Amino acid sequence: MNESILEIEALTRRFRTMTAVDSLTLSVNAGEVFGLLGSNGAGKTTTIKMLATLLKPSSGEAHVAGFSITHQAVDVRRSIGYVPQAVSVDGSLTAYENLLIFAKLYDLPRREQKARIQEALEFMNLTADAGRLVNEYSGGMVRRLEIAQSTLHRPKVLFLDEPTVGLDPIARDAVWKHLIDLRVHFGTTLFFTTHYLEEAEGHCDRIAIMHHGKVAALGTCQELEASLGRGHTLNDVFVHYADTALDSDASFQAVSAERTTEQRLG
Amino acid sequence: MINNLIHPLSGFAGKTFVITEFEVRKLRHDFTELITRALQPALWLLIFGQVFSRGGAMHTGTVPYLDFIAPGILAQSVLFVAIFYGINVIWERDLGIVQKFLASPTPRAALVLGKGFSAGIRSFSQTVIVYGLSLALGVKLNWSPLALLNVLVIVILAATLFSTFSLVIACIVKTRERFMGVGQVLTMPLFFASNAIYPTAIMPGWLQTISHLNPLTYVVDALRTCMLAGSASTFGLDHDYAVMLLTTTILVLTGARLYPRLAT
Repeated sequence: MNESILEIEALTRRFRTMTAVDSLTLSVNAGEVFGLLGSNGAGKTTTIKMLATLLKPSSGEAHVAGFSITHQAVDVRRSIGYVPQAVSVDGSLTAYENLLIFAKLYDLPRREQKARIQEALEFMNLTADAGRLVNEYSGGMVRRLEIAQSTLHRPKVLFLDEPTVGLDPIARDAVWKHLIDLRVHFGTTLFFTTHYLEEAEGHCDRIAIMHHGKVAALGTCQELEASLGRGHTLNDVFVHYADTALDSDASFQAVSAERTTEQRLG
Repeated sequence: MINNLIHPLSGFAGKTFVITEFEVRKLRHDFTELITRALQPALWLLIFGQVFSRGGAMHTGTVPYLDFIAPGILAQSVLFVAIFYGINVIWERDLGIVQKFLASPTPRAALVLGKGFSAGIRSFSQTVIVYGLSLALGVKLNWSPLALLNVLVIVILAATLFSTFSLVIACIVKTRERFMGVGQVLTMPLFFASNAIYPTAIMPGWLQTISHLNPLTYVVDALRTCMLAGSASTFGLDHDYAVMLLTTTILVLTGARLYPRLAT
């Protein structure tokens, strides 16, 4: 269980004068549920994008499932699933077609494609709606389909950027139930960002709080709470390390992206 | 040795067709686009074409004016639709679709070329309408199977070329507002600095030079050669194909390099 699947070493990304991720070093074990917390602009999304090989680091390195994100990007891509914050399934196709296209792009053997898709639909409780166009789906169904799509090839690591943003509490619980099932059945490592402290508290093995592109605190939920002394909640921990309450310094772009996602899912 | 060479190539072609297949499946769910596409060429042929063909307003030699512009209008309508293709890519970027495809192991060039081909398949509807109207207006068409096949290939190639050009622009400007501006600025010069609705021979020298650098000119020349009965090519069909293929290849490679910028 203690074998490391994600090794981040001094990972840095600069945008012109701004350093979004500043010499980040972190290690995640195989099968772990790891939550990255931080206010908007802390560097969470930039970190996930670099790990998913969508953004080149300015310096530093990371290994995902043993492959370098800078030199072995294609191997990394084969080993991961990625669910971006925005809606990433195609509304003008059916759920089945959305899954079929990824089955083909990830080279699943032709004979297995159908069975694997049926299994994924069943797993995410979408079998009855497989033939419907996705733009008729509810927000929770869309998220479940996105997770089904990014785990069809059984990735070792699943990256999720704010997986439950814009969902009502019931849909949120359903998404989490399916994510935890993935870990139980396939040992998938879950690496996700979130704004919801109770979500981090309820599901994460370990948490890192990011602030100004650096890890401000790292540990299990209990360890972090204990680090401030008795009787502190995760919220206190967050305020202490992130030097702010959640959402206080969100950029216009971040807020607008999040609202758009909420609108589309909600 | 040969296997090492064939495997990546067949893999690349396979992925390209997967992207095309799913773009075409979208049409099956909603085919209204195919109908709206047909309207513009109909207007150009029926109104512009009919007016300018009266009394020999335009000197097109031995070829009647309507015959002359029928292939030009087909090329123009392929261009006008394809040049705005990039807006879809920006839309897919504003959602998270582009990011998800880029996080998959699919070769970037296959993502770009697959989308280009799908624009080509969408252009079939314009080809059908232009042929139908040409027939009704008495244009002397070449119905030999080889000629028809050539027209289909040229239309697909032209749509791939211009939609990939559009995708390259989308990767650079990244927002819908800027893209619409650039698209508008590009279409008319491309159209007017070509041989689509008048022969290059009647152009002033400077415009002739520009038209020779314009890929649309070679698309129109190729279409005119293959669509019309007894029409000779200005540049030679081989030359036309070479220009189209080379331009498309350069654009696909450029698009493959720039496409990842949409995920940042």
